[in-house]
This record gives sequence, structure tokens and C-alpha cells, in this order.
Amino acid sequence: MPKPILLFGYGNLSRGDDALGPLLLEYVESHCCVDSIEILSDFQLQIEHALDLENRRLVLFVDASVACDNAFDFAVLEPARDKSYTTHAMSPAAVLDVYQSIKNQTPPPSFLLSIKADAFELGDGLSANAEINLVEACSFAERLLSNPDLDFWLQQTNLPVIDHPVAIQQR
Amino acid sequence: MYEHLETAENRDSLKRVVVDPVSRVEGHGKVTLLLDEDNKVQQARLHIVEFRGFERFIQGRPYWELPVLVQRLCGICPVSHHLAAAKAIDQLVGIDPENLPVSADKLRRLLHFGQVLQSHALHFFHLSSPDLLFGFESDISKRSIVAVLAEYPEIGVQGVKLRKYGQEVIRMVSGKRIHGTGAIPGGMNKSLNKAERDYLLEDIDQMINWAAGSVALIKKVHCSNLPYYDDFATIRTNYLGLTKPDGALELYHGGIRAKNEHGETIMDHIDYCKYNDYIHEEVRSWTYMKFPYLLSLGQQQGWYRVGPLARVNNCDYIDTPLAEAARVEFKAHSNEAMVHSTLAFHWARLIETLHCAESIKGLLNDPDIMGHDLVAQGEKRYEGIGVIEAPRGTLFHHYQVDENDIVTKANLIVSTTSNNMAMNESVRQVAAEYLSGRELTEPLLNNLEVAIRAYDPCLSCATHAVGKMPLQLELVDAEGKLIDKLVKHSDGQIERNNA
Repeated sequence: MPKPILLFGYGNLSRGDDALGPLLLEYVESHCCVDSIEILSDFQLQIEHALDLENRRLVLFVDASVACDNAFDFAVLEPARDKSYTTHAMSPAAVLDVYQSIKNQTPPPSFLLSIKADAFELGDGLSANAEINLVEACSFAERLLSNPDLDFWLQQTNLPVIDHPVAIQQR
Repeated sequence: MYEHLETAENRDSLKRVVVDPVSRVEGHGKVTLLLDEDNKVQQARLHIVEFRGFERFIQGRPYWELPVLVQRLCGICPVSHHLAAAKAIDQLVGIDPENLPVSADKLRRLLHFGQVLQSHALHFFHLSSPDLLFGFESDISKRSIVAVLAEYPEIGVQGVKLRKYGQEVIRMVSGKRIHGTGAIPGGMNKSLNKAERDYLLEDIDQMINWAAGSVALIKKVHCSNLPYYDDFATIRTNYLGLTKPDGALELYHGGIRAKNEHGETIMDHIDYCKYNDYIHEEVRSWTYMKFPYLLSLGQQQGWYRVGPLARVNNCDYIDTPLAEAARVEFKAHSNEAMVHSTLAFHWARLIETLHCAESIKGLLNDPDIMGHDLVAQGEKRYEGIGVIEAPRGTLFHHYQVDENDIVTKANLIVSTTSNNMAMNESVRQVAAEYLSGRELTEPLLNNLEVAIRAYDPCLSCATHAVGKMPLQLELVDAEGKLIDKLVKHSDGQIERNNA
């Protein structure tokens, strides 16, 4: 059986702040107990990653984002047919939608941890701001993964848990 | 040919239409059309609008870092860059291909077959099957893998699982899905153990069946509207690729063969280390992507196509039985002549997918892949050239190092660059034959993207840019005034804004 928690970070280590996702995974591997956590990484999300969601209790995607309001944003994901279907790089919501299509079932509760990023130049390291944001995001991820409970994770999204569709689906 | 549409004479008096960016390709490209008052196309170009040099990324690094480092050049074809670099670096450590340990050679081939299988599966099932199954001008909501999963669930699921299987081959051979260190200077880092081999063998027959089914599907689709499929975006070109010494299809290592549009040999069994004697690259002012050509034929006549269509056209046979039977059918379709239909890229791509699946099975049943003699050593050299047939075509990596093993010069010719002229010609053919004189709509303009997508271009590789994919079309008159605008929003909705 696969491990109940899937931590999936994606990005390219050699494209500046795009490395934020994989670097957070490195932090988790070296600082957290990963007995119940499967850690996966790839350059970008693709259709076959839907199959990595099978038999998970919780899924956490981690990515760099220029659209964050804060050092990092944490949000619950729902399946969505967005524009990423037309690209080589899908969004996590689109991957959930593929899961739903091929499995005919609701995907496991899934969340996205977006870390604020500035620059993506090939060959560059992290920007100064991204380094600071990564530290904050790692600390947050450590807290999440040490408490792998759906309600606790939903609370971190600042949405009322009881009304949340993911919580309702799971009950 | 349609080269007369590369540059219009009276450009200032023409309307401009921009397809920017082209979707369902990797990276950022745009198509511009210049139209006269009757909407007749006078100029059509595929532009590459961003550029970041791979060479800057590679130069100054120690050569032994390259097999891992070059995987990060592109998220689409990391294994192709990994293997091309590894072949070049073998030479830097004094190992020619024939001296690579047998197990290492077979493991690299297995890795490569896994890469080509997953890449081709992604391209056909995810990126192209919506066009092919629903029609090029179908509603935009249908042009996605989700629509395929909804209406053709069996085909959609097969695509996902074929792709997954290819990724599993990569993972088992290189140790990781990405950032793996499968190939190292002079050999391989690890072999397969029995458990890994047996794991991959479990599903291989299913993969072969599905790959064979996909060949039957594309043949049916292609032949269901033969005149259209044989004409759309079709151009008569030269073809270039690697073949085995006996002329068989070869993806990992061979000599360069080029044939002309009539199937006559231009060159054969050329040692790819001498590629500079045969291939040059031309720069044009309006795009960042170069235009390679065969020196012997010159810039005007010497451009060529690479990739699945070139390989299946060029080879004398395929050394796996089901793929060979499919190739024979494919060639019979053109009465044994060269197949020039651009949409036949899809057909050829799926023949190769089948070949990869069959070859994977053959290698998994070969005890050499579990061997332990994995690395050879030789005398240091200062120059190395590695060439493979990547999913999109011939990929060249060329390095020079100094006495401290630091890379002082790097030159890469990626597959998409070799297809640059051909993609432009196909765009011009579609513009001239299918769009000219008609009111432009988003479905109609999708025809241009279908033509480009047939080549499965990796514009990210060709230009080193990160793709951005929303679609916006603007029609501007000669004075620069916006006449018409189509916008595809992030939710897939289309908005038309008549100015």
C-alpha cells in the first residue's frame, strides 16, 4: 500500500525560484519523520501524476508562484478543468480532474502550498526574497505534516471547516 | 513550396493577425499572418520570441556534472539531454560507443525507449488526440484530454497509463523519476535487479497491446479522410536521422542518413562526430530559432525534417515485428515512396511507440540488463560529441573541455531547431490553402496550431523559454488600429471583442 500522505513538490532546481518546491521537499526529508509520507518530485505536473493520488489520505502539492499574496499561500484544491489542459505542464487542480475522470471517484483531499517566487532564469539560484519565503514555508509544512489531520489542514486555509466541501465530502 | 510567403512585399499595407502564444506545445512561440484587403494571406511566420542560452548554463562547469545538469535544461525531455550529454562525455573520458560495456549500452537503450514511449504517448493522447478525434475546428471545450476521457474513456486511460509506464521504466533504470544519475561518464550507475525487472515485465504485454491499438487508431483516423490528411500542412522535404549500419530504425546510436523528397540518399552512415562538416545553421532576423541546413545542398534547398516521420521514412526496416508490420502498412499507403504528409508524423510517432514497447520487452528479457560490468575507463580527450534520436528528432550535444575538465565550449542543436524551416513552411501551407480569404475564427486558427503540433515542437528546448499558454488573437489594420480580437480565458471561455 502507498503511504497515506503524499507530498508532491514540482519545479526545476536550475531555474531560479522554480526550485522552491523541490527544496521544500529536501527540507522535509531531512527534518521530518517521513514514515507515513511519500515524497515525490518532478519538473512539472502531468496526466500520469493522477495515478500517484491513488489510496492517499491527504495530498500536499508544493510549487513556486508569482501570484502569492504572502510569503506562502495555503489553499484547498478541487478538481478543475482549467487552461493547463492545453499545455505540457498541468495545474494540480487539473491533475485532480484527470484522477476523477479515470477513477470515477472523488480525489483524496488535496492542498496546494504556493511559495512566493520572483525569478526563473535558467542557471540562477534562489532570489533573496525566495530564500526568506522558503524558510517560512518549510516551518509551515513541518507543522502540517506533523499533524496530518484533514480538519487541522482545512483550518490552516482560513476557511470554516464545517462548511467546506472537502470536509463534507469526507464525512 | 510556400517560401514566398515568408516575407511580403508591401507589409505596411497589410492587416496583421497574431496567434500568441501557440498552445499545446512546450514553450512560447507565436504565429503572425499578414492579410490583404480580401483576407488573402501575404505573409506567415512562426516566431520564437524568447531566448536563453543553454551554452551559458553549461560553460564553466566540470564535465562530470553535465549528465545531471543538462536534465534541467528542459522539463519535457530531460532524459534525451541526459543521454546525449552522456554519449559526448563518454568521449571525454576516452570511451567510444563500441567500447561501452554491453550492460551499460543496453541499460541506456532501455532508458531511452522508456523516454520515447512516454513522450510519444503524452503527445498523441494528451496533446493531439483531441484534434484528431473531434476535428481541428471543433469547439474549444472539446480540445482537451478531459474531453477524450469523457467520450473515449478507454483511449484516454490508455494514454495516461502508457505515459506512466514509460516514466516507471525511467525510474527503475535511473533510480529516480527525475534528477536520476542513470548514465555516468563511461557507463551506467546501476543495473536493474530482478525485482525491478519483474515489476516492469508485469505490464509490458499490455503496453504493447495498447501501443498496437493506437497505431490502428491513427491509421483509421488518417485514412478516414485521406485527401485531407495527406494534404494538410504537407510539404515535400529532405529527411535526416540516425540509422543502424544495416539501415534499420535506430534511436540511440547510429550513423547519420539523409534522403531527399524522392527517397534518394543524400548522405549515409556519416559519423556524427563530423556533423559540422555537413550541417550548418542560418540566423534570420525575425526569430531567435536558427535554421539548420545541409551544407551540400545550401540554405535554400538543404533544410530538412527530423523526428518520427523522418526516421520511419529514412529507415529500411524496423527490427521489432509489430512495428515493422506497421511500417510496411505505412509505406504501402504512399506506394513505397517517401511520406510527406505532416499529419503522418502522428502515425509514424505511434509506430515508434509500438517499437519502443516491443524493444523494452526484448531488453527486459535480456540478462545483460542485470549485469554488473557497467563502467569503462579510457584516456582523457578534450572534445566530445553525442547524438541521439530524441522523441522530436536528432539531438546534438558537443562539448570541449580544458585541462582542468571545465567545459569551455558547448553547442547544442535540438530537434525542434532542425524542424524550424519545416514548421514555418507547414504554417504557410495551411495559411495559404486553408485560411486565405476566409474570416478568421479561433477554430480556424487552430488549424495553424494543429500544423505546428504535428511536429511536437519543444519550443522551450529550442529557445529555452518557459511557456505561457493563454491564447489571444488580434486583427490589426494597416494603421495599427485594432479591428478584431479573440481572447481565450483561463476557464476556456472565448470572448470576441469587435473593436
